[in-house]
Amino acid sequence: MAGIPHDHYEPKTGIEKWTHSRLPIVGLLYDTIMIPTPKNLNWMWIWGIVLTFCLALQIITGIVLVMHYTPHVDLAFASIEHIMRNVNGGHFIRYLHMNGASLFFVAVYLHIFRGLYYGSYKAPREITWIIGMLIYLCMMGTAFMGYVLPWGQMSFWGATVITGLFGAIPGIGESIQTWLLGGPAVDNATLNRFFSLHYLLPFVIAALVAVHIWAFHTTGNNNPTGVEVRRGSKAEAEKDTVPFWPYYVIKDLFALVLILAIFFAIVGFMPNYLGHPDNYIEANPLSTPAHIVPEWYFLPFYAILRAFTSEVWVVQIASFITGGIIDAKFFGVLAMFGAILVMALAPWLDTSRVRSGKYRPMFKWWFGLLCIDFMALMWLGAMPAEEPYASFSLIASAYWFAYFLVILPLLGVFEKPLPRPATIEEDFDAHYPPKTHAAGTTPAE
Amino acid sequence: MFKKLSLAALTAIGLSTGAYAAGGEAHVEDYSFSFEGPFGSYDQMQLQRGLKIYTEVCSACHGLQYVPIRDLSALGYNEDEVFAYASQFEVWDPELNDGDGDFRTALPTDQFPAVTSANAPDLSLMAKKRAGFHGPYGLGINQFFKGMGGAEYIASLLHGYEEAPECAPEDFPGNYNTVFTAGGYPPSCLNEEGHHTVPGSWIGMGQPLWGEDVEFDDGHSNSLESEVEDVAAFLMWTAEPKMMQRKEAGFIGVFFLLLMSVLLYLVNKRIWAPIKRKG
Repeated sequence: MAGIPHDHYEPKTGIEKWTHSRLPIVGLLYDTIMIPTPKNLNWMWIWGIVLTFCLALQIITGIVLVMHYTPHVDLAFASIEHIMRNVNGGHFIRYLHMNGASLFFVAVYLHIFRGLYYGSYKAPREITWIIGMLIYLCMMGTAFMGYVLPWGQMSFWGATVITGLFGAIPGIGESIQTWLLGGPAVDNATLNRFFSLHYLLPFVIAALVAVHIWAFHTTGNNNPTGVEVRRGSKAEAEKDTVPFWPYYVIKDLFALVLILAIFFAIVGFMPNYLGHPDNYIEANPLSTPAHIVPEWYFLPFYAILRAFTSEVWVVQIASFITGGIIDAKFFGVLAMFGAILVMALAPWLDTSRVRSGKYRPMFKWWFGLLCIDFMALMWLGAMPAEEPYASFSLIASAYWFAYFLVILPLLGVFEKPLPRPATIEEDFDAHYPPKTHAAGTTPAE
Repeated sequence: MFKKLSLAALTAIGLSTGAYAAGGEAHVEDYSFSFEGPFGSYDQMQLQRGLKIYTEVCSACHGLQYVPIRDLSALGYNEDEVFAYASQFEVWDPELNDGDGDFRTALPTDQFPAVTSANAPDLSLMAKKRAGFHGPYGLGINQFFKGMGGAEYIASLLHGYEEAPECAPEDFPGNYNTVFTAGGYPPSCLNEEGHHTVPGSWIGMGQPLWGEDVEFDDGHSNSLESEVEDVAAFLMWTAEPKMMQRKEAGFIGVFFLLLMSVLLYLVNKRIWAPIKRKG
């Protein structure tokens, strides 16, 4: 495997050699766990481990929940109550699974924004980035379908609204929606297929995670300076890196355990805080809730979906040019998926040669604004679709697209980056000066 | 101040996370229940009083279909008492009468009967499917500090019946309640902008509790204030019977994770010391 030069596994005993010549699995594990990792990683590089833990947590708690859950419109809601009341520890396992989804999304958003700030998406890590975006899409699909399974009011009406998005596709939309639902409306067929796919997709995610790790183990981790690890020789590489084990395993575990302490406090003391009370009402196709609100992690994109109403001039132009094929509803759907697409295209939209935002004085401000924009969209997504929220949503959505489609391409041209350290070692030594000759290595460039 | 803010927020905008954004303002009293907060636990005597109120008043119309009768042992009743309690209900057993089914006396292994009156919602999860607190402005700050407020909502609602305001026609159907916001509302009580001029709305259920509806063996107060709190606490228990076990597990989890984080912090510091030239 290409990558940063480092020590590889050497089989010593007979049995090790016998195994290694047939299946070099120990060597693979060794190379993975001992991967040279830039020694200047900060605390924003812990989210990968948190995410891996979340995936494992969701799969393990999910498998136990499936043992007691009944995917049928007449029985699903009652089977959740059975889990909450009669299954040993069932209430806690279910709350872990419910809130585990939230932890998963907290971590993935921080992970993504870490990548956006430090330019982790830039060459040569485009494939890592794209795989990451695919994982994120799968996560959204999994979470959405999982939310339908308890068969509460928000489950049912959320499913109705979201599958309705596909119905907005001109011409074939209605057929696609019927095909997705397995019938003209959300019903038992829908519940069953969502249950099936909710069980399947996490394993697709697990496979994508393996590819994600494979990809960045080939390119090496990015780091806060964005300066690449030197690969001329093993000795040179060792000046910039430490092995993943034990240095980052212990550091990441420390961070994970602290985050889990907060997580357990939420599960133990306020497990329904992030949920919607309406989902404790059994699904009723005859009664629409006053407000249909998705879970918090979908809110930013839900806000973008709703922002483009027929009063917006962009929508009117699109409708005029296409002769009405793109109406406001379809435009909203396109905008929502487009918002994720432009993020996935960041490697090619960002023209700056400097990787890390740390050395990009103008970029920093625009990026800060993007973070605020994301939070604003999340808040707006939960607000009713009326003024002044509708106008705010439109402005916030416009900024999201402008950041990726206008600001990132232009910044590379106009911005004058700050001087960067020549090597990771130099950056590290600036923080932790060598004891013997402290002044020797500091001057940058 | 917080209350005023949330009230203003509720009035100004139908809050997103609320079950009842449709109606006007409604003030949910922030009762202080024994089970609130990380250290709070159910008051067994209060739950027993709540059960009595449920049995003698609410159960005339409302069911508790998800609650197994045997769970009453958690309220401090012994096996005989639970059997005796169960025997007051009749349940349909499809296996009796050679498979034709028949009614029989309920056993502790049965659930409480389901809804017995049309339009009377099941109460098993009522304390979790209603939220008393919202906002301000959809930020969830009130819920964070006060809790979701399902029990508070129930108590406030039961305490919220009032004489119908003058703006309403005398034959307007339902009963005026200052806390219930999902019900009917006479157009004559709307102002020119279409906003509600009086809080709450009209609810189908007549005022169920008036005070002194039940007698407690230990002579505990049966005033309306006391009764609504007791029955709200009982319904919190029916909605979340494992709350104590959950908090306990939460504590054990947080304790061991924090302990482990100290150990990992020290290990991390130590292994990095030579790399960071601090050793």
